[in-house]
Amino acid sequence: MSNLDELYLEVIIDHNKNPRNKGELNDFTHEAKGDNPLCGDQISIKLIMKDDKITDVKFTGSGCAISTASASVLTETIKGKSRSEIEKLFGRFQNLVTGTGKEGNLGKLEIFEGVNKYPARVKCATLSWHALIAAIEGKKEASTE
Amino acid sequence: MIDRKIKSDFPTLDQKINGKQLVYLDNAATTQKPYTVIEAVDKYYKNTNSNIHRGVHTLSQKATEKYENTRLKIANFINSDSEKEIIFVRGATEAINLVANCYVRPLLNSNDEIIISQMEHHANIVPWQMVCEEKKAKLKILPMNQNGELLVDELENMINKNTKFISMNHVSNSLGTINPIKKIVQLAHKNKIKIMVDGAQAVQHIPVNMKEIGADFYCFSGHKLYAPTGIGVLYGKKELLDEMPPYQGGGDMIKSVTFEKTVYNEVPQKFEAGTPNISGVIALGTAIDYIINIGIENIAKHEDELLKYATKEISKIKGIKIIGNAQNKASVLSFTIEGIHPHDVGTIMDSEGVAIRAGKHCTDPVMDFYCIPATARASFAIYNTKNDVDKFVNSVKKTIEVFG
Repeated sequence: MSNLDELYLEVIIDHNKNPRNKGELNDFTHEAKGDNPLCGDQISIKLIMKDDKITDVKFTGSGCAISTASASVLTETIKGKSRSEIEKLFGRFQNLVTGTGKEGNLGKLEIFEGVNKYPARVKCATLSWHALIAAIEGKKEASTE
Repeated sequence: MIDRKIKSDFPTLDQKINGKQLVYLDNAATTQKPYTVIEAVDKYYKNTNSNIHRGVHTLSQKATEKYENTRLKIANFINSDSEKEIIFVRGATEAINLVANCYVRPLLNSNDEIIISQMEHHANIVPWQMVCEEKKAKLKILPMNQNGELLVDELENMINKNTKFISMNHVSNSLGTINPIKKIVQLAHKNKIKIMVDGAQAVQHIPVNMKEIGADFYCFSGHKLYAPTGIGVLYGKKELLDEMPPYQGGGDMIKSVTFEKTVYNEVPQKFEAGTPNISGVIALGTAIDYIINIGIENIAKHEDELLKYATKEISKIKGIKIIGNAQNKASVLSFTIEGIHPHDVGTIMDSEGVAIRAGKHCTDPVMDFYCIPATARASFAIYNTKNDVDKFVNSVKKTIEVFG
């Protein structure tokens, strides 16, 4: 497979076209907006946290295929996880997309491995994660810059 | 059409990107440099390197002569009255900041107004916002229509007794619109208002004549017209430059210094504190020689043919929307593809060796106006060919295929 095919896997194109958990979330406990000022991508994350576990999460906003698919997969991945589990997962996801060290057992998140050949696109893949971490930490905004 | 051999004057173009021959279409961001320009920098450091304006030795005199000859060359290139009206700066951004700080700031009071347009680059927005904020003045925006054409007739209604300055781009970097700048200047002057024109996207595409345009200030960046980065030009009418305070203090901008009092140098040296970008200036002169040799009218005609051909071909593709449909356009083609984000367009086209720009092009308000997050932008230069346009169109088709 070419680098390009590895970046735009069919499953990523599918998440971009039909993003999961996209929309408004009522009764959320945490929210934050992620902003990539360079390309204008904006992803907002709203979530409900009960007893240190995420019980529901949704996102809104617009972005490229990579940032949209990443937000979509994120929402599918983090339900039921605690704050510290999410922080660890984000660290490993960053390693995956930047190509720093070998990361296995990341499940669905592994579809973003192809991003590591495209340094300019790492921020697209991590935008929703930055918003998620900001939300959990009680901040309102996260920027990739 | 211009001779295809022009491409061979530009070493950067002779390479493969991702296994494909490079097609460079990001010329509105920066142009590639011909051998002669690269060699001018090389030669200067090998043969003439010396500090200017102060040495009695031969090398210094040679460097000074080359530096000052370029000033004269630029004065002729844009048909200004005198080389004293040409100030070397880092680029268009610095030129606008200089005028905002040294001309506009001293005359601005609270409730005064500055007018810019809807289609400015951030470089022609932020410096004015900064002085307006400081002086509690107001920034007013001349609107445009959906085609990306300024509503010039509105300008007269916007001007009032509080209007102190106008600054407008000659050619829009994100839409390609060539604005009727002469008419805008005349309107400003009819109302006794001084005006600056940002020519960063104009000088490389169309003939620019200071006597004809009549603007009080005009600026451009060297790197967008085949010269190195870090060098640009501010043109200002001599009588205005004379009355302005210096921009920065330091060496070369003074006549005499004591701890009690400093006497400033005459223009243009008054605005060129410190050792300037000597090699950049000399290479800018070489770039202008290159342009003059081909002929700016020929360049304008060649690029216009490419733009029209590209516009026609890309318009045939389903889902393409061209952003910026002004009657009078320079060779900038901004577009969106339905359902595909410009960032993805840029990455996929790059995999085909086609370098375009994807983003907001430092014109966030233009994106807001069209309610889009960004555009993909192809911009053409003297070395581009019809074959480049064909490859560009094919890579757009490939992008749509990938997203099926």
